[in-house]
Amino acid sequence: MKFLVQQQPAYVYTGGKSFDAAKPSMVFIHGSANDHSVWTIQARYFAHHGWNVLAPDLPGHGKSFGEAKTLIAAYSEWIINLLDNGNIEEAAIVGHSMGSLIALELSAFNPSRVSQLVLIGACAPMPVSDALLEAATLRPAEAFDMLNIWGHAPQLRWGKNPTPGTSSMMAYKRLLEQSRPGVLAKDLAACRAYQIDAVQLMGNRTRAMVVAGAHDLLTPAKAAAALAAQLGDGSLVTIPDVGHAMMQEAPGKVIDVLKAFLKP
Amino acid sequence: MPAPKYPRLDTLAVHAGQSPDPATGARAVPIYQTAAFVFPDTETAASLFNLERSGHVYSRISNPTLSVFEERMSALEGAPAAIATASGQAALHLGIATLMGAGAHIVASNALYGGSHNLLSYTLPRFGIETTFVNGRDPEAWKKAIRPNTRLLFGETVGNPGLDVLDIPTIAEIAHNAGLPLMVDATLTTPFLSQPIAQGADIVMHSATKFLSGHGVVIGGVLIDGGSFDWERSGKFPTLTEPYDGFHGMVMSEESSVAAFALRARREGLRDFGASMAPMTAFQILQGLETLHVRMPRHVENTRKIVQFLSANKSVAHVTYPELDSHPDHELAKTLLPNGAGAVISFDLKGGSGDAKQAGKTFIEKLSLFSHLANIGDAKSLVIHPASTTHFRMDAAALKASGIGEGTIRLSIGIEHADDLIEDLSKALYAAGKAAGL
Repeated sequence: MKFLVQQQPAYVYTGGKSFDAAKPSMVFIHGSANDHSVWTIQARYFAHHGWNVLAPDLPGHGKSFGEAKTLIAAYSEWIINLLDNGNIEEAAIVGHSMGSLIALELSAFNPSRVSQLVLIGACAPMPVSDALLEAATLRPAEAFDMLNIWGHAPQLRWGKNPTPGTSSMMAYKRLLEQSRPGVLAKDLAACRAYQIDAVQLMGNRTRAMVVAGAHDLLTPAKAAAALAAQLGDGSLVTIPDVGHAMMQEAPGKVIDVLKAFLKP
Repeated sequence: MPAPKYPRLDTLAVHAGQSPDPATGARAVPIYQTAAFVFPDTETAASLFNLERSGHVYSRISNPTLSVFEERMSALEGAPAAIATASGQAALHLGIATLMGAGAHIVASNALYGGSHNLLSYTLPRFGIETTFVNGRDPEAWKKAIRPNTRLLFGETVGNPGLDVLDIPTIAEIAHNAGLPLMVDATLTTPFLSQPIAQGADIVMHSATKFLSGHGVVIGGVLIDGGSFDWERSGKFPTLTEPYDGFHGMVMSEESSVAAFALRARREGLRDFGASMAPMTAFQILQGLETLHVRMPRHVENTRKIVQFLSANKSVAHVTYPELDSHPDHELAKTLLPNGAGAVISFDLKGGSGDAKQAGKTFIEKLSLFSHLANIGDAKSLVIHPASTTHFRMDAAALKASGIGEGTIRLSIGIEHADDLIEDLSKALYAAGKAAGL
């Protein structure tokens, strides 16, 4: 469905159910140069299990209007405006990769709006190599390949995609290729520039869970564990055999860890 | 860390879509010969039906053995999704039925497989879908044939049996400028020789019976979603962009940013039309697919030798193969098919004082190594007389428009030793020449 966020039309996937702010709300925030479709399976599950689900395309991404932001804080403000316009007082916030930094920022500076926090494929700070950032700026196709190949666990790159008839690698490649020019570089730069200090992390009073992929090369499990350890009231779940693209690599396992953690 | 690279086609042909079976350690692809799959609990059952969880429910919709084949074809074509079908014809029908209904119109090249021509020309009009056939080599003809109700442009990478090379980049641009997708039948070329999606096509289909399998033991097809076409921007495809009552109001283009077409084709087309592939068939196709990159070079190498032989034979009036200077698509083939223009060729026998049709019959009857049958793409070399078999429903004008004469012979060159094939052809040509009074 369409929302108006910061005076621009924004697309929000609601998991196949009508928007209903009377239910407990859950917001899924996608990563760099992605869109809502990385959450389709999880969003459908929770939308059909009592939640009011919002999986927006961030500005400049997917079907949403506007420009991609240059700062994680600006994306966080955009999500706050989405919640405001949806008359949602608080929501469980689930972020992946860059979306996890947006979720972290939301929780740090707008804790009253965040009922529970889930950070998937996350670490803070989130280093982005010079080589990746340069490729995203100058040779985006090369950067897409880096993100795609490093984003999948080696044993799952070319086999046994759990969604019948689809190649996770080829689908993700096409999704990145569909991103608007310059968006990946902008998003990666925003990730690299994002700083949150230990005091803010320790001060977190929101129930939080970090979900790590055991074979994640982009946000390694070790870095995810360090983030979980720093977060006040934080816990860690590591999914074996998956990489960074775990919503596609193991959609059912991601649902299961979310289901075990989240309280309506 | 050095920039990572995707595996080459050779590796994908062997590995994509499969890893050793975690339950048994089986290295080969297991054949999941089951109609249905047990639900672990009622909640998971409901979630699987509603696409809230990934997995298999019923083998008409999906099956683990088929999934390996589908994922492998996706990888080989550089596409997000693929759907295995009961035949190539089922793939073509599934593609069309997913995109349009009564009142729609297709523009197709006139250089098509006879079965495709039948579907478009005779059967689909009964369901309210009309097709305008155009000279596939004439971009203006494609443009002029597009109407407000046109929903698809369709051609073959190498038009069977006239061997017209489809100018995919040009026809794709025409299609896209009109807000339409281009679907390409790539049966004759396989992903080894042609990458239609990279060249601009939006949907690819194959008869997997042919070169993909290579063994001629199964009937199967595959429909591939390139994932690049913007269905919402086009605004002409309500089956993909508007709520579907048949699946709780699901909007395919919202569910999937890169495979909306495949999603509808599977959830509606396989469910309702049911032209799905059997697990054993998928297994058998996979056995062939593993050697695609080994077989295709040999097919092409043998074909080139036989083209050279036929071109120099006094009983042969004309040889049609896109790599020949005399072929109208010679330059295009060099650009679009640099690894070879396939292993199907056609040639015309000289009529002499007799008639060409009789010469053709004699030729076929005198062959001993080539098998006379209605198929192509086998490891074994094959021969057929299109005018009396695959294209017998076409009248003389339609035959001529498709580049088929009364004495045209079609060969599908296998992977035997080229010298043995040439000896067989030589004997048959001698007899045909005598029959023709040469």
